[in-house]
Amino acid sequence: MSNLIKFKIDGVECMTERGKYIVEAALENGVYIPTLCNMPGVKPKGSCRICTVKINGRLMTSCTTPVADGMEVESNSPEISDLRKSIIELLFVSGNHFCPSCEKSGNCELQALAYLYQMLVPRYPYEFPLREVDASSPYIIKDQNRCILCKRCIKTIKDEQGRSVFAFRDRGHRLEVVMDKELSHEMTPELAELAMKNCPVGSILVKEKGFIEPIGQRKFDKNAIGSDVKL
Amino acid sequence: MSKKITIEPVTRVEGHGKVTIHMDHQGNIQQTRLHIVEFRGFERFVQGRPYWEAPVLVQRLCGICPVSHHLAAAKALDVIVGAGTGEGLTPTGEKMRRLMHYGQFFQSHALHFFHLSAPDFLFGFDGDPAIRNIIGIALTKPELAVQGVMMRKFGQEIIRATAGKKIHGTGAIPGGINKNLSIEERDEFLKGADPLNADKMVSWAQDALEFFKHYYHANKEMVDGFAHFPSNHLSLVRKDGAMDLYHGVLRAVDTNGNKILNDIDYQEYTNYIEEEVRSWSYMKFPYLKEFGKDNGWYRVGPLARLNTVDFIPTPLAQMEFEKYKALTHGKPNNFCLHTHYARLIETLHAAEMIRELLNDPDLLGNDLVTKGTKQKEGVGLIEAPRGTLFHHYRINDNDQIEMANLIVSTTHNNEPMNRSVNFVAKSVMTGKEVITEGMMNSVEVAIRAYDPCLSCATHALGKMPLEVSLYDSNNNLIDRKRS
Repeated sequence: MSNLIKFKIDGVECMTERGKYIVEAALENGVYIPTLCNMPGVKPKGSCRICTVKINGRLMTSCTTPVADGMEVESNSPEISDLRKSIIELLFVSGNHFCPSCEKSGNCELQALAYLYQMLVPRYPYEFPLREVDASSPYIIKDQNRCILCKRCIKTIKDEQGRSVFAFRDRGHRLEVVMDKELSHEMTPELAELAMKNCPVGSILVKEKGFIEPIGQRKFDKNAIGSDVKL
Repeated sequence: MSKKITIEPVTRVEGHGKVTIHMDHQGNIQQTRLHIVEFRGFERFVQGRPYWEAPVLVQRLCGICPVSHHLAAAKALDVIVGAGTGEGLTPTGEKMRRLMHYGQFFQSHALHFFHLSAPDFLFGFDGDPAIRNIIGIALTKPELAVQGVMMRKFGQEIIRATAGKKIHGTGAIPGGINKNLSIEERDEFLKGADPLNADKMVSWAQDALEFFKHYYHANKEMVDGFAHFPSNHLSLVRKDGAMDLYHGVLRAVDTNGNKILNDIDYQEYTNYIEEEVRSWSYMKFPYLKEFGKDNGWYRVGPLARLNTVDFIPTPLAQMEFEKYKALTHGKPNNFCLHTHYARLIETLHAAEMIRELLNDPDLLGNDLVTKGTKQKEGVGLIEAPRGTLFHHYRINDNDQIEMANLIVSTTHNNEPMNRSVNFVAKSVMTGKEVITEGMMNSVEVAIRAYDPCLSCATHALGKMPLEVSLYDSNNNLIDRKRS
C-alpha cells in the first residue's frame, strides 16, 4: 500500500504521507493554518484551538488530527475565520495585552494573528485580571498579564538534565504558568533567549534587552503571519 | 448680580481644561482659574514594570511631543544602566537622539504656531470662530497652511527615521539608541525634492518668523500689553550658557536676569524644586524651594529659555536672538505673547541643528549603546517644546520600577498660566455687561501662548465645543451657551 494519501483543504487537492497531522500536511501543500501553542518537533496538545478546522461537519484541532485518505477539510471559510477571530478576542480580553509598550510588539504571534483576522474591538468585555509580574530570575521576567497558557515554554525550555524551567500551577481559571525558582536562577543566557523566542506573546522577556530590535525590522512588521507559506 | 463664567473646554490646546471667572456685582473680576480636569496616572501604573519599558510606555502620555517623554525617560535610564548623564553615550547614540529631538521640536513648534495659534493672529482674537482655525487658514491663506503642514511632516519624517515611527517609536533605549541613520535616509533629508529638505525648512522657519515679526510690529502695543507680568524663568542650558534643548545644567533667572539657580546638576533637582497641591486642580504647582510658594514660581518654555541662555549656537537663530534680546535691552522678556516670537526663533534653531546634524558622519556609526555599573535611581531632564521635562525613576533589585515622578512642562507653567488668564480676564472683561466670545477667546489666547499640554494626552482638534456657563451669586446656573 502506498504511503501517500490524498485529501482536500477548502476544495483544493492535496497529498501527504499517511500519519501526518493536518496542520503540517497543509504546510507541505502551501496552505497556512494558524497556530499558537503548536511548535514543530513538539508533541501537539491542541490547547489554544486557533488551528480549528471543520471536517465532516465537526470542529477539530488540526494540530492533533491526523490526515485520513479522502478527508475534506474546511479551513478558510467565513465561519472558521470568525471562530478563530473569536478565539483571538477571547485571548486578548482574558489577559492584559497592552501592545503599545510590549517588547514583543512586531514579533508577537497573537498580535500578528489579530492583524491577520482584522480584529478591531473584541466582542467580549475585557476582564482586566489582576496578575503578577515575576521578575525574580536574574535572566528573565515572567509577565502573567500576557500569558496565554500555550505550554510552549513548559515543553521546550529544559535544563541539561531535562528538567522543565516552567510548569503549570493551580487549576481552572486560576491556572498559570510559573517559573521554577531554582532553575530560573540557574538557566543559561542562551536558554533565556530561547524561552523568549518560543513564547508566542510577550510573557517571557529576557532582562535588560528591551527594544533592541528597531521598528521595521521585526518579524511581522512588513509581512503578515503565514505569508511565507506559498503554494 | 455676581457671575461665574466658565470656559470649558479650552480649545486649540493639547488636552482638556476649563477656565472659571468669578465677577462681583460691579462687574469686577474677583478670581480667574485655569482648572486641569484630567487625571494622569502614569507614575502609578509604571510601577512594577521592567525599567526598560519606561521610554516606550510613558511616551503614551502625549501624541504631540511623545519624543520628549521617550528621551527624558531614556536619559533617566542611562543613569540607571551606568551610561552617565547625557555625556556618556556613544557619539552615534547621542546624535541620533538629538536628531530625533530636534525633529520633534520642529514639528511640534510648527503644529503649535500654524495649527493652533496663527488663526488668532490672522483672523483676530474676536474673529469669526467658524473660520478662526486651521481650516480657515487653508481656505484664505493656502500657501501658509501648506507650509505649516509640510514643516510638520518634515519633522515627523525625521522622527520616523530615528525612532522607527512618526508617533510613539522605540529608538531610544537605556544607554543609547537601537538604530543608526542610513545614507539613503540622510540624503533624502538633505537633498530631498522640494520642499522636503533641510535647506527649505530653514528658509520656511525664517519666513514664519518674519510673519510673526510683521504682526508684532503692526500690533506692538497690544502684543506688549497682553498678560505682561514679571516672573522667574527656568530651563536647561549647556555648560557654557548656550541653548541646548537635549542636555545641560539647570538654570533659573529672576525677572531682572539674576541667576537664582546657578547651573546645577539636575540629578539633585529635589534639593531645589518642590511641588504644591491645590484642591481645585489635578495639576501641581512647582516652585523653587529657596524662594517659597509665593515667590519661587517660574515659567518654562520658549520665553523662559530665551531668558536663561546666553546665546544660541546656530548662526541664523543667534542673529534673531540678538534682535529679540534688544527689545528688552538684554533683560528677561516677560511679555506673554512674545512666547510665540521665541518659539519661532527656536523653530529656526531646530531647523539649523537638523541640517548640521545631518552632515555629521557620526549618525551613520554602528556603536549604539553604552553600559556601566548599574544604579538604583536616575533622573532625566530634557527641554520639551513646552518647557523643561523631568523624569525620575527608582528600581528594585529585580529591575522593576518602584517609584516614578514626572514633572511635565505644563505643570511648571501652572502658576504663570493662571496669572495670565487672570490678567487677561481683568483687562478685557472688567465692567463689561456683555461677555462676548471674543473676550473669552482672549483668555484662551493667553493659555495658548504657553502651548500647554494640559493632560499630556491627545485629543481631536476641532471636536471640542466651547461651553460657557453663567451663574448668579448663589451659584445657580442662569445661562449656558455652546459654540
